[in-house]
Amino acid sequence: MIQADLTVILPEIVLALYAMAALLGAVYTGKDRLAGPLVWSTAALLAVLAFWIGSSPAGTQTAFGGMFIDDGFSRFAKVALLLGAAAVLLIGQEYMARRGMLRFEYPILVALSAVGMMMMVSAGDLMALYMGLELQSLALYVVAAMRRDSVKSTEAGLKYFVLGALSSGLLLYGASLVYGFAGTTKFAGIIQVAEQGHMSIGMLFGLVFMISGLAFKVSAVPFHMWTPDVYEGSPTPVTAFFATAPKVAAMGLFARVLHDAFGGAIADWQQVIVVLSVLSMFLGAIAAIGQRDIKRLMAFSSIAHMGYAMIGLAAGTEAGISAMLVYLAIYVTMNIGTFSFILMLEKDGKPVTDILALNQFAAREPGKALAVLVLMFSLAGVPPMLGFFAKLGVWKAGVDAGLMGLVIASAVASVIGAFYYLRIVFYMYFGTGEGDVEAKGSPVLAVALMASAAMMLVGVVYQFGIDGAAAAAAATLVN
Amino acid sequence: MSVFAFYLFAISAITGGLFTVISRQPVHSVLWLILAFLSSAGLFVLLGAEFVAMLLVIVYVGAVAVLFLFVVMMLDVDFAELKAEMAKYMPLALLIGLVILMQFVMAFGVWETAHKAPELLANPVPADRHNTEALGLIIYDQYFLLFQLSGLILLVAMIGAIVLTLRHRTDVKRQDVVAQMMRDPAMAMELKDVKPGQGLQGK
Repeated sequence: MIQADLTVILPEIVLALYAMAALLGAVYTGKDRLAGPLVWSTAALLAVLAFWIGSSPAGTQTAFGGMFIDDGFSRFAKVALLLGAAAVLLIGQEYMARRGMLRFEYPILVALSAVGMMMMVSAGDLMALYMGLELQSLALYVVAAMRRDSVKSTEAGLKYFVLGALSSGLLLYGASLVYGFAGTTKFAGIIQVAEQGHMSIGMLFGLVFMISGLAFKVSAVPFHMWTPDVYEGSPTPVTAFFATAPKVAAMGLFARVLHDAFGGAIADWQQVIVVLSVLSMFLGAIAAIGQRDIKRLMAFSSIAHMGYAMIGLAAGTEAGISAMLVYLAIYVTMNIGTFSFILMLEKDGKPVTDILALNQFAAREPGKALAVLVLMFSLAGVPPMLGFFAKLGVWKAGVDAGLMGLVIASAVASVIGAFYYLRIVFYMYFGTGEGDVEAKGSPVLAVALMASAAMMLVGVVYQFGIDGAAAAAAATLVN
Repeated sequence: MSVFAFYLFAISAITGGLFTVISRQPVHSVLWLILAFLSSAGLFVLLGAEFVAMLLVIVYVGAVAVLFLFVVMMLDVDFAELKAEMAKYMPLALLIGLVILMQFVMAFGVWETAHKAPELLANPVPADRHNTEALGLIIYDQYFLLFQLSGLILLVAMIGAIVLTLRHRTDVKRQDVVAQMMRDPAMAMELKDVKPGQGLQGK
């Protein structure tokens, strides 16, 4: 029995063992001299694991008495988050090395946090959920404060840690209520209780507390307060990491809890998710208008995007989950491209995050400016780009589920939000002031930017099979 | 006999707890706390949970209480002043205590146990295993995955503590064990033949 269990979680074991071996190796030998090679090898391992998981045969397996679920949904989420984490490691390596921030613990912590994220999307039990979540977030708190000589980075880490602990408390309180009223921590048992119409008031309380805790992790309004400060204060490669893989994992966990444990009580949680989604989209769209710091702007952008992804969750249908997964995959791709661009921006060797510095950027770097234009249009959801089709997918799922009001609200928010993405494009092409920012950095950044922009265009005609994979993944979760 | 033992342990646990709070000397408080721990360990033995009882003695009495003692002795805290501060808030504290007590009474007044719960409570341990083994089966078999994951979480916490606080100072001298061992008299000493009446010339 134990051997069968271990075979199911082999990818997680490999990654955890790698992280420990890398830690030992780096401590005994080179210390920070090994950081560069470690980043590359960690990224390579994450990519290999993604292909391994992606090519593993379909079917649902559980391990450790239902505590760990390996199904199509978890495999889709794992491939997305592993590839996202690998790409972020690669684009951040040169930036950190040049500024003396690259320490060998960084790739190791990212790998351990990836183990936690893989546990999150595979959790089949409240305890496994919490363990995965804690492993992931603890590693994130540390990397947020990694630049300890910078006050902002330390503040970001501390703020993230304290508010994260608060949200973990909310989640745990909810989990204990659910356990008390359902009599089991296993999702398979909770859903039986929920489906038999025993959704008692205590369990509902527990559910709402758990949703609040999870909403913090995906930075949905009104649990978003930490996001702008943490995004601004953390080193930019770490911000890029925050905006990609953990978002996929947290949304995956959200969908897993709502469907696997509370799938029989959609009416009970649908309204909560609708409210979170509407608030996130509007706050993300409106609050970003006043931002001039591109990292803060991306923080509000991520809040808004999580709101759109949550439309798929609110639909409570198979099509909704499928649209949400496609949305997340596209969102991660767009963000990797955008952050590659942010990582390139510098002036006299110092990183620049002010968007006014982008004035007349297109005249100096027409190729890169064009790629950024494509990405910004895609983030805003302007029709010919892939970002529009991501939104279209969740809108369609929302309309089919009868959430017409939510879809209309999100279309309005999307139009408002388009303003600040297009403003960046405006500054680049028609800005009047004297912009003096340079776009330097390793070829990896340029490749990531161009590839991500190209995918936004190519994806319109050929989606690399992700919509089919997402549909299959959603089918295993919702049944 | 076991009734007598129960009351003995229960009374000494309550006495220990009470004096932990009211004794004037902080060191005495810690000693009373140790008594409370020991009595609770006795209560656990009476319940048939020897393993938990031993854990309580080893971990709480052996480690935590001794740590408290050190902290109390190392830190120069004026406990009398703290207590005086506390007396100011006493009425409010009593009020809140009363509210919580009322809530407990109300909660337990309408308490309904699930129909199988008394059975479970009466047999916390499977009959054919002693409780250390039962605990081991839960931690290392049923919840093996969670146990390993908590290990990983602690590893991340350790890495985090080191990353965020350790500073490699370059201005201090460090011991180089290998260099120290490779030293021999030929390297460390130089013999000079000093002529009478001349002394040594410094380089």
